[in-house]
Amino acid sequence: MPSQQDEPKKTESLLSILLTFLKVGAFTFGGGYAILPVIQQEVVENKKWVTHRDFADILVITQGMPGQLALNSAIQIGIRLRGTPGGIMGALGVTAPSVIILLAIAAYLYPMVRDNEYVQAVFYGIRPAVVALIATAAYKMGKEILHGVSGIVLCAALLIIAILTQVHPILVLLLGGIIGLILYRGRDK
Amino acid sequence: MTILLSLYWSFLKVGLFTIGGGYAMIPLMEAEVISVHGWLAAPEFLDIIAVAEMTPGPISINAATFIGYKMAGVAGSLVATLGVITPSLVLLLLLSRVLLKVIQNPGAENFINGLRSAMVALILLASYSLGGTAIIDTPSALIFAAILVASIFRPVSPLYFIAAGALLGLIFYPY
Repeated sequence: MPSQQDEPKKTESLLSILLTFLKVGAFTFGGGYAILPVIQQEVVENKKWVTHRDFADILVITQGMPGQLALNSAIQIGIRLRGTPGGIMGALGVTAPSVIILLAIAAYLYPMVRDNEYVQAVFYGIRPAVVALIATAAYKMGKEILHGVSGIVLCAALLIIAILTQVHPILVLLLGGIIGLILYRGRDK
Repeated sequence: MTILLSLYWSFLKVGLFTIGGGYAMIPLMEAEVISVHGWLAAPEFLDIIAVAEMTPGPISINAATFIGYKMAGVAGSLVATLGVITPSLVLLLLLSRVLLKVIQNPGAENFINGLRSAMVALILLASYSLGGTAIIDTPSALIFAAILVASIFRPVSPLYFIAAGALLGLIFYPY
């Protein structure tokens, strides 16, 4: 049911979609949750490519489906503007800066500095910091996601299963999903 | 050629089972890159996550590029990156009209809720297993504890915490 508000603009050039997302990909640090507000500012406020309501829908899909947050929203915005080619431009835009920058680091910078004593000291301190950030991510995600006793028990049970069986994380995720299907069935949202 | 296929397939699995973005990819990437294939040792994996966090762009795309390059040069980096973005591209280009309905279907919501409980458990477990190789003496344990407390109570950009870790590393490096 295309209302006037939902009707996408068909006039944006593929190049401008590409450039917009190149800019987002090249200048936004810190991964998905840092990038989404920048994308929102750019495509809703500045360019007025999508409405606030449409962007809210885009976010629901972005967070409920597989894949990277910035990538998922860029593809959707591209599709809304120019169909499949637009979606591909969105993907290319957020991905290309990463590939170029990380290739430069992996190929030139990292081998050059890896054995430097100061760099080793830096990474000696960075490693426990990254582990702390990962633990914090688990804590924050848990606080946000695990509502009530059943969620916490499920999480604890899956943790024990994962430790004892050492199976691939994909199997643990699928098991969690299937238990979720059974456990939460018929419950009002 | 085999390594390129392995890279593509491994990172495709990472892309397909990372739901909700961000650090959700850590346990999957850790399993594929360290446990299944032995491409990296845990400390180097942590270094790459740190570099991926410090550079612009999505963390798992950054990490895929770095790891892909390390294993098979430029072709490896492109293949790994393509793997990680393939699920997003395919799902959105083919199904973008129905995805919202699918995601808001009660069954799918329940499945995703259960899956996310598993995700929390897996990320916790990953921090433990990776921690064993990063927290190796008193200074590194103190750095871990300090950054953990700070990042829980001060929700600023992870860049600050990585910078703090780097600084503390320079000060306390024991060798």
